[in-house]
Amino acid sequence: MAGFVARRLTLAVPVLLGIVFVTFALARLLPGDPCRSTLGEKATDEVCDAFNERYGLNDPIPEQFRIYLRDALNGNLGDSIKFGRPVTELMVERLPVTVELSVYAMLFAVVIGIPLGIISAYYHNSSIDVGTMIGANIGVSMPVFWLGLMLSYFFGVMLKDTPLWLPPSGRLTAGTTIQPFYEVWGLDVNGDALTLPGFIANINTLNAALVGDWAGLRDALRHMILPAMALGTIPLSIIARMTRSSLLEVLGLNYIRTARAKGARELVVVLRHGLRNALLPVVTIIGLQLGTLLSGAVLTETIFGLSGVGRILYDSITGRDYTVVQAFTLIIAVIFVFINLIVDSLYAYLDPRIRLE
Amino acid sequence: MAALKDTNRQNKQPADDQPLLEVTDLRTYFFTREGTVKAVDGVSLTVKRGEIRGIVGESGCGKSMTAMSILRLVDKPGKIVSGEILFKGKNLLENSTREMTALRGKQISIIFQEPKSSLNPVLKVGSQLLEVLRIHQGSKRKINRDEAVSLLRDVGIPDPQMRVSNYPHEMSGGMAQRVMIAMGMACEPDLLIADEPTTALDVTIQAQVLDLIRNLRDEYGMAVMLITHNMGIVAEMADIVTVMYAGTAVEEARTDDLFEAPLHPYTQGLIASIPVMGKVKDRLEVIPGMVPSLIDMPPGCRFAPRCVARVKHQLQQCEVEEPHMIEAKPNHYVRCWLYESEES
Repeated sequence: MAGFVARRLTLAVPVLLGIVFVTFALARLLPGDPCRSTLGEKATDEVCDAFNERYGLNDPIPEQFRIYLRDALNGNLGDSIKFGRPVTELMVERLPVTVELSVYAMLFAVVIGIPLGIISAYYHNSSIDVGTMIGANIGVSMPVFWLGLMLSYFFGVMLKDTPLWLPPSGRLTAGTTIQPFYEVWGLDVNGDALTLPGFIANINTLNAALVGDWAGLRDALRHMILPAMALGTIPLSIIARMTRSSLLEVLGLNYIRTARAKGARELVVVLRHGLRNALLPVVTIIGLQLGTLLSGAVLTETIFGLSGVGRILYDSITGRDYTVVQAFTLIIAVIFVFINLIVDSLYAYLDPRIRLE
Repeated sequence: MAALKDTNRQNKQPADDQPLLEVTDLRTYFFTREGTVKAVDGVSLTVKRGEIRGIVGESGCGKSMTAMSILRLVDKPGKIVSGEILFKGKNLLENSTREMTALRGKQISIIFQEPKSSLNPVLKVGSQLLEVLRIHQGSKRKINRDEAVSLLRDVGIPDPQMRVSNYPHEMSGGMAQRVMIAMGMACEPDLLIADEPTTALDVTIQAQVLDLIRNLRDEYGMAVMLITHNMGIVAEMADIVTVMYAGTAVEEARTDDLFEAPLHPYTQGLIASIPVMGKVKDRLEVIPGMVPSLIDMPPGCRFAPRCVARVKHQLQQCEVEEPHMIEAKPNHYVRCWLYESEES
């Protein structure tokens, strides 16, 4: 098992290198002159020469790649042209929002989707099954922006002044702050607050739990409910349908008959013998969906006033802020690779036949 | 150990000679869109303690479904529509679901045709073995991992210490079938149903597995219901045989009697179709025609359309009315107008 993970990790290295190369190449392949697309059409040749010299654009491409790789490995992904700040700083600000949102959305999808799929499969062709699958079909075809708006209208506006009210926008109630854990713990981050500790501190719910700020945790969680539901509904429907069809297939197999013949109770038959075998394709879907969510949910973030990856990517693409696009593309690709790695390892954990290969 | 087992065996013997299992007029139908498939249609048989009861017939004649019905493991759209299954004098069809789960694997075990696909691919064989013990004895005592080792040793698996932590895909078919047998034997059941236990195995392994089943029967005194389509295996193993055709029993006799003088034209055809070593034949004997569709059963005798004897003896009754199971000779039962008309 450990060997399997190690092998997969080694295999991830060339993939990561490839990703770095492609993002680098894409930036060089973009049409137009980087100088004039940055400084404007009216930039003079002298200004552009200076610009190119400053950003190393006069160096041969392999040399540029070497420098880019060196900088990237050192955590320097360049400065944003629009914001005039290092891209890493922007990441520490934006990525936690998206990570938090995606994780809760996925949690919502998994915790509800898998049991729904199990029930549907077990009682297949019953009214429960038909109802669930109709619901899943509606869920999967529901536009996120519409669901998001409806949710915030219902919980944020119609239920206002009731205990069921939920905040429709933002990450925390105005005026609420949660002290970063590194300050509470008295860690000396010597100006590094904007890298890893900063990243963790920006995941509000995690930070609040770390410092034991329960009121803050509650507030942060309440702000997550609506966006997570809006974002998680499509994955939920997909997971429910996948679990159902996969389990349905497994429940017809010979070893399920054996389990029943042993005298195992139905719950044990379905969960111990059926579910683990049925979970393989579901894990794939969960991994892929999580990757998609992490690459940013522009609509959800916009509706719920969250400034995450989706928002900044959209703004950077329209504003031609190439360093930001390049850096975020890279980081999203890296996240994808790691999620795939986790999915592969889960496969090996779930199915011993895969460990052999 | 042997002495202990002997006393066990004696304890299990009831005072009277009541059969262990008594199936009467069992009917299991499948309600499909195409029509009602009468997979088991009026099967009656008894199994006595300690005996090996062979059930033989072509594929699709309802042998396996009879077994699944006894365990009440018939999947939808199948349903046991009528009949009685007395096990130790109690009708299993009246049992609650809970009573049935308590009985499966403990008093009645079953082993299947495809040993490798009958084991869960993601669990170690040891843990699957111990699961039977945990289910049936786990509340009374602590289940020890070593028990899996000794169960595997009992069914003749070499190096059981290592084998308990194998996954099914790391075993051969014969090995997997031994594991299934160990699983079936774990709680020392009164009845072991072996549903084509050797069909998927190599011939040499077949013999070993059959020997194992017979030895376990001798040792533990359980009854075995051996389902097969192979007349050779029946001749080798069974004490008493039921021949099934198209969902019903057509002949029943002690094995020796059956092979010596088969009565039913179908049985005669089956026995004639066995190739005999050293005997040169241009062609093997075959039974003409096909098994009738279980949805659209012919009226009268189900075997009539294929029956050579019917033509030879010019019987009219066969296609009109179904014959009854009669005792044509002492302890030799047959369902055929050839004998019924003689009698009447």
